[in-house]
Amino acid sequence: MSEPAGLEIHQLRVSFDGFTAVDGVDLDVRPGDLRFLIGPNGAGKTTLVDAVTGLVKAEGSVRFGGAELLGRSVHRIARSGIGRTFQTATVFEELTVLQNLDIAAGAGRSVWTMLRRRNDVPEPVARALETIGLTKLAGSPAGTLAHGQKQWLEIGMLLVQDVRLLLLDEPVAGMSHDERQATGELLERISAERTVVVIEHDMDFMRSFARSVSVLHAGRLLSEGTVAEVQADPKVQEVYLGHAAAETVTGVAVQEA
Amino acid sequence: MTLLHGRARTWAGFAGAAVLLFALAPLALTDFRLGLLAKYLCTAMVAVGICLAWGRGGLLTLGQGLFFGLGGYAMAMHLKIADAGPGNLPDFMQLYGTATELPWWWRPFANPAFALAATVLLPMAVAALLGSFIFRRRVKGAYFAILSQALAAAFAIWLIGQQATTGGTNGLTDIQGFFGYDLDDPVNQRTVYFVIAAALLLLIALARQLIHSRYGELLVAVRDSEERVRFLGYDPAKVKLVAYVVAAGMAGLAGALFVPAVGIISPAMIGIVPSIEFVIGAAVGGRASLVGAVLGAIGVAWAKTALSEEFPAAWTYFQGLLFIVALAFLPGGLASLGGVLRRRRDRQRKAAVVAVGEAA
Ligand SMILES: Nc1ncnc2c1ncn2[C@@H]1O[C@H](COP(=O)(O)OP(=O)(O)OP(=O)(O)O)[C@@H](O)[C@H]1O
Ligand SMILES: [Mg+2]
Repeated sequence: MSEPAGLEIHQLRVSFDGFTAVDGVDLDVRPGDLRFLIGPNGAGKTTLVDAVTGLVKAEGSVRFGGAELLGRSVHRIARSGIGRTFQTATVFEELTVLQNLDIAAGAGRSVWTMLRRRNDVPEPVARALETIGLTKLAGSPAGTLAHGQKQWLEIGMLLVQDVRLLLLDEPVAGMSHDERQATGELLERISAERTVVVIEHDMDFMRSFARSVSVLHAGRLLSEGTVAEVQADPKVQEVYLGHAAAETVTGVAVQEA
Repeated sequence: MTLLHGRARTWAGFAGAAVLLFALAPLALTDFRLGLLAKYLCTAMVAVGICLAWGRGGLLTLGQGLFFGLGGYAMAMHLKIADAGPGNLPDFMQLYGTATELPWWWRPFANPAFALAATVLLPMAVAALLGSFIFRRRVKGAYFAILSQALAAAFAIWLIGQQATTGGTNGLTDIQGFFGYDLDDPVNQRTVYFVIAAALLLLIALARQLIHSRYGELLVAVRDSEERVRFLGYDPAKVKLVAYVVAAGMAGLAGALFVPAVGIISPAMIGIVPSIEFVIGAAVGGRASLVGAVLGAIGVAWAKTALSEEFPAAWTYFQGLLFIVALAFLPGGLASLGGVLRRRRDRQRKAAVVAVGEAA
């Protein structure tokens, strides 16, 4: 496997018709980090990931493993080793779990391979099935999976894609406590070899698994550091106190509204 | 085990179709009926491509008449030149009388090898050109359907406008020979039928291979969620382009073989209405299933002949109704009927079991 690579974002700015959703953000994620990106609704978290993955136009600079990403097309950025998931799980519902993973594994396949049948389970796909615990469901259509299983399948797809950076948008939303725990442990394992950035609202989950945290508010970076540092930051407390989820950062977990 | 079973079933299917097409149909049908069947099989060849592009790739190709026409005209131009004989102009050009020699763009079609290759490669090249533009611009869904339809209409209108060199509204008519064989001879008509039947089976085999390949799985993924495919590092525009181009080549070959079977190609056979008719057969039979699309195409073409003779006006409405009913109530077409019924029965059985369980 290739080395994990870091993500360096400098003065990133994204505007939609005059409204600035991301307003000059600097972010430095070191290789192998498990970074949580938190912030109230509308803070610009998803938009930031959209900008990094080429979905929206942005100004500034995003460097990954030293190479500039801004201005490249979505599939080129994906091929440089960045994978993402979406707030709502998007798997190919009409294909089986195995087919989903096989497609994710195959962006570099030759025309000749593409034109033939898949006769066996490729080794990385088998490993990913094991990792995400869906081996038994390999033959089921992805559309029949439970919500949490779809999220795992998405993560599995990033694994076989062999990305060096995973950008996960609210991967545990709607999961049960046990599923969250399992997902967190999965992410810890993954981040041993890859860089992981997780957008999350669940503060309990963040406290248990984050190695570092960045707080976004109204398109700007509000605070950054370890979980403890961020929780102690008065600016963060203020933002979250003015917000519906008042106790989330400092106290008990509150489910996302 | 299941794989073997699937393979065996496929072979049995092909063998059965071959017996039906090559032995039973020629024995059971009169020359006239066999000629009609040849025509229907051409429609089915177009449907094979539609199954791939629309059924699997989600591209509602409402303008396959364009490619059918390109293939048909490429073939007909060669046959007209051959009919006229060396040094002579095709009959209609003499009739309209302005040209004294063959237009430059007709000349290469005098060569049989060029003309044959062009029947398939020309539609594919045009599709590649149009497709790369359309898909890169991310034209999708209804916009794609309308655009493809407009292209077919534009081609038909252009042909009508160029009467002196294309035969205009009449098209290229009264084709006599087919690579040296007299098409009036029933034996040769039969041979044409056999060629068409063989070509259809070949296209089905080709499409089957594509559908079951990794590419086929990727194509369905693009239909499901194009955006997601892009984030996996693929260019969905290219994936769709392949299906579009292959479907165009199939329509071109169908058009080319339609010409000797029917003896004519004209704008009326490639414009908006025929383009929609190509799709209706596939929709009724089941666009995502090869067997469904092929049988649907043959069935609808047959029904058209049977019904439109007696109720010419009503047929158009009936056909439209058929399309809407199929899309609205049975999106998988007749091919999905078995599955739908089975699921409903299972659901009822489950409900019954639950009811019994609750009662107990
Ligand atoms: N395509 C768009 N056009 C216009 N405005 C947009 C667009 N996408 C996002 N926005 C706006 O940008 C802001 C940031 O949105 P974003 O989705 O990045 O927030 P978020 O931090 O992910 O919030 P959430 O936690 O609710 O997912 C919001 O005010 C949103 O309305
Ligand atoms: Mg978001």
